[in-house]
Amino acid sequence: MSAWKPKHQRLVLVALALVALVGAGLLAAYALRNQASYFYLPEQMLSDPPAAGQAVRLGGMVENGSLKTAADGVTLTFAVTGKDGARVPVRFSGIAPDLFVEGSGVVAEGRLGPDGTFIADNLLAKHDENYVPRELQDMDEHQAAKMAEETTVGIE
Amino acid sequence: MIAELGLAALWLAAALAALQMVTGFLALRDGGAGELAGLIRPAAMVQGVLVTLSFLALVWLFAVTDLSVKLVAANSHSMKPLIFKLSGTWGNHEGSMLLWVMVMGLAGALIAAVERRLPERTMNATLAAQGVVSLGFYAFLLLSSNPFERLPVPAAEGMGLNPLLQDIGLAFHPPTLYLGYVGLSVAFSFAVGALLTRQVTPEFARAMRPWVLGAWVLLTIGITAGSYWAYYELGWGGWWFWDPVENASLMPWLAATALLHSVSVLASRDALRTWTIMLGVVAFSMSMVGTFLVRSGILTSVHAFAVDPERGTFILALLGLFIGGALLLFALRASTISEGERFAISSREGALVFNNVMLSAILAIVLLGTLYPLLTEAFDVRVSVGPPYFNPVGAIFTVPMLLVMAVGPLLRWRRDRIERIGKEAALFAALVLAALLLFGLLADVTLLPLLGLALGFGLVVASLLPLRRRKLGRTPLATWGMVTAHFGIAVALLGMASESAFSVERLAAVGEGDSTTVGPWTVVLQAVEPVAGPNWTALQGRMAASYQGGTPTMIAPQARNFWAPPQQTTESALVTRWNGQLYAVIGDRAPDGRWQLRLWWKPFVPLIWLGGLLVALGGVLALLGRVLTDFRHRRLAARIAERRAEREALA
Repeated sequence: MSAWKPKHQRLVLVALALVALVGAGLLAAYALRNQASYFYLPEQMLSDPPAAGQAVRLGGMVENGSLKTAADGVTLTFAVTGKDGARVPVRFSGIAPDLFVEGSGVVAEGRLGPDGTFIADNLLAKHDENYVPRELQDMDEHQAAKMAEETTVGIE
Repeated sequence: MIAELGLAALWLAAALAALQMVTGFLALRDGGAGELAGLIRPAAMVQGVLVTLSFLALVWLFAVTDLSVKLVAANSHSMKPLIFKLSGTWGNHEGSMLLWVMVMGLAGALIAAVERRLPERTMNATLAAQGVVSLGFYAFLLLSSNPFERLPVPAAEGMGLNPLLQDIGLAFHPPTLYLGYVGLSVAFSFAVGALLTRQVTPEFARAMRPWVLGAWVLLTIGITAGSYWAYYELGWGGWWFWDPVENASLMPWLAATALLHSVSVLASRDALRTWTIMLGVVAFSMSMVGTFLVRSGILTSVHAFAVDPERGTFILALLGLFIGGALLLFALRASTISEGERFAISSREGALVFNNVMLSAILAIVLLGTLYPLLTEAFDVRVSVGPPYFNPVGAIFTVPMLLVMAVGPLLRWRRDRIERIGKEAALFAALVLAALLLFGLLADVTLLPLLGLALGFGLVVASLLPLRRRKLGRTPLATWGMVTAHFGIAVALLGMASESAFSVERLAAVGEGDSTTVGPWTVVLQAVEPVAGPNWTALQGRMAASYQGGTPTMIAPQARNFWAPPQQTTESALVTRWNGQLYAVIGDRAPDGRWQLRLWWKPFVPLIWLGGLLVALGGVLALLGRVLTDFRHRRLAARIAERRAEREALA
């Protein structure tokens, strides 16, 4: 193989890099549209449900009195509620995050089953005032403000 | 008093950075002839000393828990163990930014003190650029995040540090990453300096290379440590989550890896001049983007210490100023840099260019995936992007890159015939195919882990081939470094592929005295008991784990409750064997009194971090090799000059 012609080498390199980068960009754009996991509120999930089996996330409040542990000891069922009485049943097998309790906010990652139950692979709950799943920030802002107020007594 | 001294030192350091910048640019204008030019190096060195003093003052305040300082009151607690008091200095926004500028100041002082290879003009331009970058960070620190701010009334007790961060990993993880980021800022300053004076030469590449290597080593260690920290501290059993914060550290690493290879081409072959400069700018830009993502509060994570829009805007402005300025300079000057040496497609340069392009493509994919949720949020659509995007799309570019990595180092510089390395290439291809067939037919493995296993086995052998037919004792240290780093990539790849192909998980509710199994392990839950630490209480599951019925090992995963601030964490327990790791987590108590246990058997998972450390070790060897060679050259040059002077004196 011969060396590239003097003037052309830089041009060829630039072209190669551009082709690869544009290719990567297009590929990324295509894949992002298909693979990004969308966030649903309970009312959105009821009115416009995602395709069964598509990875999505569901965020809302854990309904009081709905949390039950199945006989195997590791499967949790509960309902996530949103505005206007919207309610989605959720099933989760695994160890729930530490601050996961009834009446608190939760984001469930998983997919909608054919029977309308949301099968969660993972639950994200509010950790502390510094680490709140992004989708929960709006929901309990008043709680966060109250907590911050309580904890900063005597500091300012 | 200490706090005021620290603040005063910080202001003085900022003033010196301004001096460094102004004199640097003035000297650049008059060609370095004026008296002002003599001020630049001392300014950089004194600045390094002052900012270090300022940082030490803050460490002192944390060590004695001075609660009249707002930052200490908000982030520390008198009951915390001393090591976490100290590491808490940089476990918050202000302290970590001070750490950043301290490292930057020290780096500036070091180049001012030792770098004598480059033309003085380029050095002045480099230090001026360094001054601009430092000044931006000083302004950020002093105007929007003063670490030494006092409280009007001292607090009675501190608020404590996020328990997830009260871990020995924290003591080392952020400083190593920061050192890496700052090393890239030095590379950036060199690139800007060289652009300003149009001196893009092999000497410039040799001066820049140790900084790139050092930064890259530290980033490698930081990412490896961060991954292991997430693995055992979060209790989710995963080692990489494609979390935006993880990506923020991965992107500079990818850019630095590309830069590292292209700067080598520039240093030894005088090719890829503008490309190297461009990567120098991109690598530091990625560090800045990472800092912006993590520190602006645009993302929420354990790393986002303070959600403050003002700070986010400030960092964004700095980001725009530095990157925009550098890119503008690049656009104006790039065409005036004369073209470097040429090379054939089938040459070592060709292979390196190919890998550079692939690394850039992977970087683009990670960057787009990280920014996409922020973009859609502007249109009020909330999405998250995770492994289903990153893994396959990244693999499209990673696989060709790894294939070329196997044969590239065997090629000669400038031009070579592919046929010359036919045997080696065939050996690699045979290994990969054999592994593909073996695992494809015998085990039920999905495509990506299968490719990872096959390429891993091929690369373990191929990465050692450059040592063949060499006298091992006389092989340069830098070559050893390259071989070790490539071997480390292969090892890490095997670990990753094995983890995703062969992991077994067991989730069960187990009563005290009962047992469960996972893979070859049998785990007996003997008792669940309360235990207490210095600032936490916990429920601890005492378990006996035995591998294939062998002698049981005692493990004790915990669910911890911290009280300042009130928070719970999961402490996993690990049993490491040569062939993998058992990972155990204890959860809640089921209503019937049984305990939730989550167990994983992860064959060969420690290879991931072992590989990461090998990669870093390779970098250290290369760095040592380069620095020692440089040292030898300097001594030789000095001796020749001496001889010549003697001979002239005799004549």
